[in-house]
Amino acid sequence: MTEHPETESAQKVRTEAAAWLERRQRPEWSAEDQASLDAWLAAAPTNMVSYLRVEAAWTRANRLGALRKPMRDSAAIPQRRNFGRIFTMAAAAVGAAVVIGGAAATYFLIPQQKSYATPVGGHEILALKDGSQIELNTSTVVRVSQNKTERKVWLDKGEAYFRIKHDPAHPFVVMVGGHRVTDLGTTFLVRRDKNSVKVALIEGLAQFDGGNGSGQHATLKPGDVVVASAEKMSLKKETTTDMAEGLGWRHGLLIFKYTTLADAAAEFNRYNDRKLVIADPAVGRMKIVGTFATNNVAAFADVAEDILHLKVTHSEDQIVIAR
Amino acid sequence: MRDDLDFRGHGLAVSASDVNAWFVREVLPLEAALMHFLRLSRRNKGDAEDLCQDVYVRVYEAAQKEIPHPVKPFVFAVARNLLINRAKRDQIVSIDSMADLDELGIAMDEPTPDRSVMARQELHRLETALEQLPPRCRQVVVLSRIEGLTRTEIASRMGITESTVSAHLTDGMYALADHLYGAPSKPGSDT
Repeated sequence: MTEHPETESAQKVRTEAAAWLERRQRPEWSAEDQASLDAWLAAAPTNMVSYLRVEAAWTRANRLGALRKPMRDSAAIPQRRNFGRIFTMAAAAVGAAVVIGGAAATYFLIPQQKSYATPVGGHEILALKDGSQIELNTSTVVRVSQNKTERKVWLDKGEAYFRIKHDPAHPFVVMVGGHRVTDLGTTFLVRRDKNSVKVALIEGLAQFDGGNGSGQHATLKPGDVVVASAEKMSLKKETTTDMAEGLGWRHGLLIFKYTTLADAAAEFNRYNDRKLVIADPAVGRMKIVGTFATNNVAAFADVAEDILHLKVTHSEDQIVIAR
Repeated sequence: MRDDLDFRGHGLAVSASDVNAWFVREVLPLEAALMHFLRLSRRNKGDAEDLCQDVYVRVYEAAQKEIPHPVKPFVFAVARNLLINRAKRDQIVSIDSMADLDELGIAMDEPTPDRSVMARQELHRLETALEQLPPRCRQVVVLSRIEGLTRTEIASRMGITESTVSAHLTDGMYALADHLYGAPSKPGSDT
């Protein structure tokens, strides 16, 4: 190893590197500025390693973004106060890549007895005549029927967020996988997966009746989450924060908190035709924290590659993540 | 001094951008352990940062010729040689005071920690770093990095000059890097 001249102090060169990085963030950064930076980097390895270090840290701070409380309010959709905060935080973290759901969703009035569907990646809000709303997530099918005595919706597939105007004379009923949810003045979420149904109660009260004559039933209060299959039913409590995160899709967001890559990939795959494939079970068990636009699979792949150092292979219809 | 360890013949020929990516990916995460080693090995604790920087320069220069593999023993061998050369130059007679890698619990053959754990630790470190910044500096960092505001926007929102924004940002970037890479890892803090 050749003897090096004494390098200038680490503190000095690291401060210079940070100053370069700061200048580089400015909108007015020009080609000449870039040339000056390149020259500075090439002048000594100590410059280069300092710059790499500060830039890598700054990039990380962005990528694992959902760090801090918001400093401004997101105006996309009028929020219930307790949910507003986390969405604002998440939306701020994702930045420019996100199209906030409210702007993209369409509103229309619906007549009696009709079927509605969203494609993969779709998001629609159905406004019922009585003032109730049904917000459909990706790849979802519902049938709606209204008559003199009853309002009824079948969730044939997917996930929907119900905000129901309570009317004792016309109970609102959601039928899902043979189970029945009866509104008693309520905001709630219903999700239908292959073998199970999930109902999360956000506000008000609802009655859940298990299907297939099981006789299982429960009165749901805010924070209650029922997961039911054909055979069994379980009831648990979720915090407001957890619930809000589960509703991130209403704003075009997927919010992961120590979520396994396998689960995160499955979530993305609900929203996108280009499917994520986790090629290694050990990789599937790794956990992540972060907020992504539902349609931004590429950002997720970047995180897998840059932060988790996984091997990411892109092809036309899928993205394979492996060790 | 360099001949006692031979890391040649295992590396791959690489481009400059590969060296940079390798440095960020493989070397920077070793900084906490490296700083720990350097602090314990020097009488003058203050210059651990400078030594770390020197180690980086040497490792980076070596990697431009050939990427060393495995990286961890190489980095610590460079650090050790650097300390020995400094001790000789400074005419410090005994080099036994040099911290023993084994005693420090820096195992050379231990696998890299689970990446999900690393990612979680990163998040914790960034949070801690952000919390420890002075309030004005923190606010500038949040507006810039998390909310994506430009320097001009931040200046008008906070009622400060653009050059003050720049100064806060530079300080914030410096501190974030130190926390992310240099802060000692706290076992169990990742739960």
